[in-house]
Amino acid sequence: MTSAERYVTAAYLVVLAVVLAYVVIYAFKLSRLEREVGELAELARRKKEEVA
Amino acid sequence: MLAAAAAGLLLLGISLAFYWVPNAPVEGFRQRIFYIHVPVALTAYACFFWAAWKALRLLWTRDQRYDLESYTAVHMGVIFGVLTLVTGSIWARTSWGVWWTWSERQLVLFLVLFLFYSAYFMLRYSVDPGPRRASMSAVYALFGVVLIPVSFLAIRLAEGLIHPVVFTHDVGDKLSTSQLVTFGVCFAGTLALAGALYVNELTGKRLDERLSELREALS
Repeated sequence: MTSAERYVTAAYLVVLAVVLAYVVIYAFKLSRLEREVGELAELARRKKEEVA
Repeated sequence: MLAAAAAGLLLLGISLAFYWVPNAPVEGFRQRIFYIHVPVALTAYACFFWAAWKALRLLWTRDQRYDLESYTAVHMGVIFGVLTLVTGSIWARTSWGVWWTWSERQLVLFLVLFLFYSAYFMLRYSVDPGPRRASMSAVYALFGVVLIPVSFLAIRLAEGLIHPVVFTHDVGDKLSTSQLVTFGVCFAGTLALAGALYVNELTGKRLDERLSELREALS
């Protein structure tokens, strides 16, 4: 592999790496949102039981 | 849908860049960085323009939903700005032998633009949420968009001429059909990618806001 080929490949890989990093960060965010929705659903269920 | 289009177009564009486009006469193989660097840079500009448009809508209508849309567009623009700086730096290293040069005003102007929009987040999070923060953020996003034509034109007006000018009327510097097609596919791919990320990010941020409201209502 020539020096130019290495640099060109690196440029494309950097873009791919950033997109993958974004997907990983977003996956963490989604699992946090899922947990929060679960907590709120639990809170709503308890409130309903209290009222009943 | 947008994500699938982005994946398809980018895969096609990268394949064309590596296997279809011939080596450039002067730059040779390394000119292939152009097909990722320029589309990513133009996409960053498009995101900042979108942010400014949403900011203008916010100031015009006072509808707070535009605040989140403008903020998300700046967020995407900064991500594509990082990619522009990194891919440009790699191209500079292989073409000029340096990672960065301060003598080229277009590089410095893009860095100024990038730092300006990075400071947007500091401004935004230094003010409490509400209409005041939304208005301040909108005005800031609108100011930033003024830098874009300056940054874009600097490539043409620069006296150093190290940075290549690709879209020109000079016959010798014009892109060939295969180069233009490949560039078009890659640009469409990066725009679709930005669109897909924007929609996902906006949905996540809206969900976050609604969950906070729900938490307040239930507590």
